Amino acid sequence: MENINQYKNVWVYAEQRQEVITPVVFELLGEGKKIAKETGSELCAFLIGNNVASLANELIAYGAEKVYLAESPLLENYTTDGYAKVLSDAINEYKPEIVLYGATHIGRDLAPRIAARVNTGLTADCTKLEVDPEDKKLKQTRPAFGGNLMATIVCPNHRPQMSTVRTGVMEKSIRNEENNGTVINVNLKLVKEDIRTIVIEIVKHKKDMVSLTDAEVIVSGGKGLGCAEGFKMLKELADTLGGTVGASRAAVDAGWIENANQVGQTGTTVKPKIYFACGISGAIQHLAGMSDADFIIAINKNAMAPIFNVADYGIVGDVNEVVPMLIEAFTQYNNEKELA
Amino acid sequence: MNILVCAKQVPNTNEVKIDPVKGTLIREGVESILNPDDANALEEALKIKDKYEDVKITVLSMGPPQADDMLRECLAMGADEAILVSDRAFGGSDTWATSNTISAAIKNAGKFDIIFAGRQAIDGDTAQVGPQIAEKLGLPQVTYVQNFEINGDEVTVQRQLENGYEVIKVKTPVLLTTVKELNKPRYMNVKGIYDACEKEIQVWGVNDIPVDKETIGLKASPTKVFRSFTPAPKGKGVMLEGSLKEKVNALMSGLKQKHII
Repeated sequence: MENINQYKNVWVYAEQRQEVITPVVFELLGEGKKIAKETGSELCAFLIGNNVASLANELIAYGAEKVYLAESPLLENYTTDGYAKVLSDAINEYKPEIVLYGATHIGRDLAPRIAARVNTGLTADCTKLEVDPEDKKLKQTRPAFGGNLMATIVCPNHRPQMSTVRTGVMEKSIRNEENNGTVINVNLKLVKEDIRTIVIEIVKHKKDMVSLTDAEVIVSGGKGLGCAEGFKMLKELADTLGGTVGASRAAVDAGWIENANQVGQTGTTVKPKIYFACGISGAIQHLAGMSDADFIIAINKNAMAPIFNVADYGIVGDVNEVVPMLIEAFTQYNNEKELA
Repeated sequence: MNILVCAKQVPNTNEVKIDPVKGTLIREGVESILNPDDANALEEALKIKDKYEDVKITVLSMGPPQADDMLRECLAMGADEAILVSDRAFGGSDTWATSNTISAAIKNAGKFDIIFAGRQAIDGDTAQVGPQIAEKLGLPQVTYVQNFEINGDEVTVQRQLENGYEVIKVKTPVLLTTVKELNKPRYMNVKGIYDACEKEIQVWGVNDIPVDKETIGLKASPTKVFRSFTPAPKGKGVMLEGSLKEKVNALMSGLKQKHII
């Protein structure tokens, strides 16, 4: 490896889809700002797409001091080949010290491809980033073995240091219209033949799904529900609270609910104000994804279920009896509040 | 058509427990399994073999000698050949070093039209090795494949997104990583189990594959584990008492009192 001291600045990959910045980018800018401050460097965003220049101001308002802008009709939709080439070429040219990506389905496709091309390390699904006060190197913490173990990873002799970061874990940066920043147009060496996949169409789920990451209230169900029907009841409870429905891996594996609703190690990490765990025993993988909720209410038949170890309130009982009572209680509470 | 499936033997992480005193993983008594996403990768290859003639499936794994069991399971499900890449020199590899080893082994194994790999393994959950192998072999990749169709040398897949999917077309050779929505892996059959016992699994060490020794194993890995620890448990809360009705009432008043609602 060439002299690693040549590598400077913190880069955030500013993922956008159909000209909308993916929410995790604002979290990365929040975290990136802290890291840039501690390493005495600049926070930069790297934006790739077609006709996305208007998003650069948004990135500056959220704290980016520089925005590298790579625009081309060839970059209209995300493709591994196109985006990996543009970003790898830029890393080789500008030599950032740190590059952060959201651990989204795009970030987790792009980042490893780049790490292999520029020959550096990549730490997946980080939940914590710290700068070592002594040597200023990035300490990247992530869950391993299904959340049974946390590992702090370093990349001592290769640059850039790269991480994908879980969504919903880092604090979002605060928007400020007054922020100043510069936009740098990146020279592209991309040709049509570089891109070997063709995106035929992008299909969005029709139903209006409240994202688990942004939900203030989540009502999650597990194996204890007994059947897929149980989720209708949870949906009703969630609706009384303006919340959304989540699930444990066991419920998803049983085919009772979609993969997109899964909370936990292999699902989504959530941080709602209130989390209801209904018939969820509390496998460590699930706890890894929800134990940062402000307030946890657990309902389970088994008084020894590990979920009670993280719950603020525990109710031992059959979810199929308790949840209807909760729906009634919250409906009444809502009615009273309306009258008051 | 030649298909290669990348497979990994993993501990069943649902069963992994932590030693409460030492704070370390207890691995004894934890069963080893074929990584779940890799079972979907193999199943998709087998579905192609069911449909077309002259399809040969090779399963390749990097791991300790015990991974032989997992590879026999793959053979019993219907794979034709299995290769185990195993050497102490590969120990402690991160994803970068692992993909150097596996891509070299694939080059040694021959030419493949499709390489299937599971999206990620449940012990590390990184989802990095698939794309890194594709990069090192110079192949296009599609990750998170939840639907697959093949027509001659053209593959059309659905790539899963958080809120939907993309439809992607690509020509072979290609590397695809699979998610569990893609299919339901079959069971081993009796004849398959019988045949699997008879078959020879090739074992390749560091000297059997065209790999630069400076790019493998713990020493060459760019990432290092600085420390590992068990996550701190959150303090226990209140177990509500009484009848179910009383518990629900106590919950409601508690939430109001603490201004949660």
